[in-house]
Amino acid sequence: MNSKLQLITKGFVKDNPTFVLLLGMCPTLATTTSAINGLSMGLATLFVLVLSNMAISAIAPVVPDKVHIPVYIVVIATFVTLLQFLMQAYTPGIYATLGLFIPLIVVNCIVLGRAEAFASKHSIGDSALDGLGVGLGFTLSLTVLGAVREILGSLSIFGWKIPGTGDGMLAFVMAPGAFICLGYLMVLFNKYLAKK
Amino acid sequence: MAVQSNLKNMVLCLFTTCLVCSAVLAGVYALTAAPIAQTNAQLLQQSVGAVLPEGGELSEAKDLEVGGQPSEYYILSENGQDKAYAVKSTVVGFGGPLVLMVGVTADGKVYNTSVLSHTETPGLGAKCTTDEGFMAQWKELDPAVKILKVKKDGGDIDAITASTITSRAYTLAVQNAIDAVKGMGDASTGASVKPKEEMENEQ
Repeated sequence: MNSKLQLITKGFVKDNPTFVLLLGMCPTLATTTSAINGLSMGLATLFVLVLSNMAISAIAPVVPDKVHIPVYIVVIATFVTLLQFLMQAYTPGIYATLGLFIPLIVVNCIVLGRAEAFASKHSIGDSALDGLGVGLGFTLSLTVLGAVREILGSLSIFGWKIPGTGDGMLAFVMAPGAFICLGYLMVLFNKYLAKK
Repeated sequence: MAVQSNLKNMVLCLFTTCLVCSAVLAGVYALTAAPIAQTNAQLLQQSVGAVLPEGGELSEAKDLEVGGQPSEYYILSENGQDKAYAVKSTVVGFGGPLVLMVGVTADGKVYNTSVLSHTETPGLGAKCTTDEGFMAQWKELDPAVKILKVKKDGGDIDAITASTITSRAYTLAVQNAIDAVKGMGDASTGASVKPKEEMENEQ
């Protein structure tokens, strides 16, 4: 039981995809202009990650070695397209904000990375937990990064404007601020890990 | 991983994967096509409704040239009379196309405007969808009274702070919409269209 719990929690800190493994940097930097955007992108990736991990774990034993990458990509792309249809239909607001970055989940190295490194060698249940753990870790990192950038850049948090304040530091809403924030958060994270 | 690759099982595996995935997607598409269409129609309805006065009947989309580009518009009519028009107007903003829905009443005044899509910088030009002061000045704006240019260019429009290019683009989009509606009236009455020279100055 303990090891099952570990499958989920290791994505938070030890194997955190953003701050430790540095995977999936493109959506990380691009979509974290606010906490809500970061959270939505994280959850979208989580959804794909859990489902593709389970599906790939199920089919891995019968997939010939030489074609396993194309097969995995097709499976992942299917789930991403499915997510895209669902978001267009039921959450058009979030879909409009994230737009381009939803289809890009297909080539997010976290998803294919987990499929290769974990799902293809473990049971369906464990793979689902692994997907959940890494997905939650990714969601957490993106939300934290988004929140920091939103506070510094627009002086608001989760879309709620801090009263009595003006405009924030614009650089943090744009690309340079994303790199700076990510860098400092990584420093803090690794300092905490080194102490342990 | 366990299976030895040979041509037969590779082809079979890829074929089956693609077949199953396509079938799943076709199924989901069939299920979500109606909600997607409904959501899109609702969004359009909202954007059109927001820029037009209440009451009356809304027409289907009609083709119209706005600012030299093919676009579309909707007519709001009451008792057989055109009451107002919602014109879709596209211009180049700071980061890419800026698409507005502009409500123009039959007497040539702007009723209201709303942004359909934009790619302006977050925190700067993107404020054209949230800045209350900027948005409010388009409400029931009379182009005969106010000069449709940002204050920097000698007009009466307050630009968004640090986003003059977006504000100029927004202003141009509204101007184009007004001109397009005026053009419709001129075409039907046979009067002269706005001089070309004047149009160029506004660019």
